[in-house]
Amino acid sequence: MNAKDFAEKLNLDILVKNENELNIEGVYIGDLLSIVMSKAKKNYTWITIQTHMNIMAVAELLDLSCIIVVEDMEVEEDALIKADELNITVFKTKESAYEVACKLCKLGIK
Amino acid sequence: MDLLKRLSYHVLSNNFIKAGKGSSDIKSNLKSIGIDSDILRKIAIVCYEAEMNIVIHSLGGNLHCDIYEEKIVILTEDIGPGIPDIELAMTEGFSTAPDSVRELGFGAGMGLPNMKRYSDIFEINSSIKGTNIKMTILL
Repeated sequence: MNAKDFAEKLNLDILVKNENELNIEGVYIGDLLSIVMSKAKKNYTWITIQTHMNIMAVAELLDLSCIIVVEDMEVEEDALIKADELNITVFKTKESAYEVACKLCKLGIK
Repeated sequence: MDLLKRLSYHVLSNNFIKAGKGSSDIKSNLKSIGIDSDILRKIAIVCYEAEMNIVIHSLGGNLHCDIYEEKIVILTEDIGPGIPDIELAMTEGFSTAPDSVRELGFGAGMGLPNMKRYSDIFEINSSIKGTNIKMTILL
């Protein structure tokens, strides 16, 4: 799925889009980076309220598919620059992690 | 058993802008030589946790990645102040990270446990002069 279609289906704003198609094989929700490091896997989408540039390092190290920042949190400018540099797709939404997770589940991503 | 290559990075204390750069570089180097993605994940986790521990808890240090034919060894050495009680520090959920760092999602008390869990051999020594960690991942 491409990022634009994915964003439309989930009602997400695209903050940074990489060139590749999104390949989402799982979902992890969390804000504590060590736990995300341990639990999230390659091609997972990561739902979080963290907005600083260190989340991009985590996404890159784990080869995550994308990051969805929820609860209308403002993503820091330097974090977006980092995401662009590392080719990481980042979305944001006003919805909660639970609401986004329910939509992902309906899309067949479990 | 011959060392094929060593990658080394200086890690600055309390610098969250450069934090993770060494781990990221190690990962891309190992990926380029064809290391399996499951092993790459383990190395990325232990590297990042070790690098962040230097950033958060030490006065600065170094991160090394030694590449051998049959294993990857991640080493860190920092210049203190050291870990007074290693057993306590190894307890899941125990952290001495300040609130400012916890707000960023660090300091979950899972750093050292993750390093131990995802390495095949985990060795740690600490004194007031600094902490040395050696993590071996077999290929």
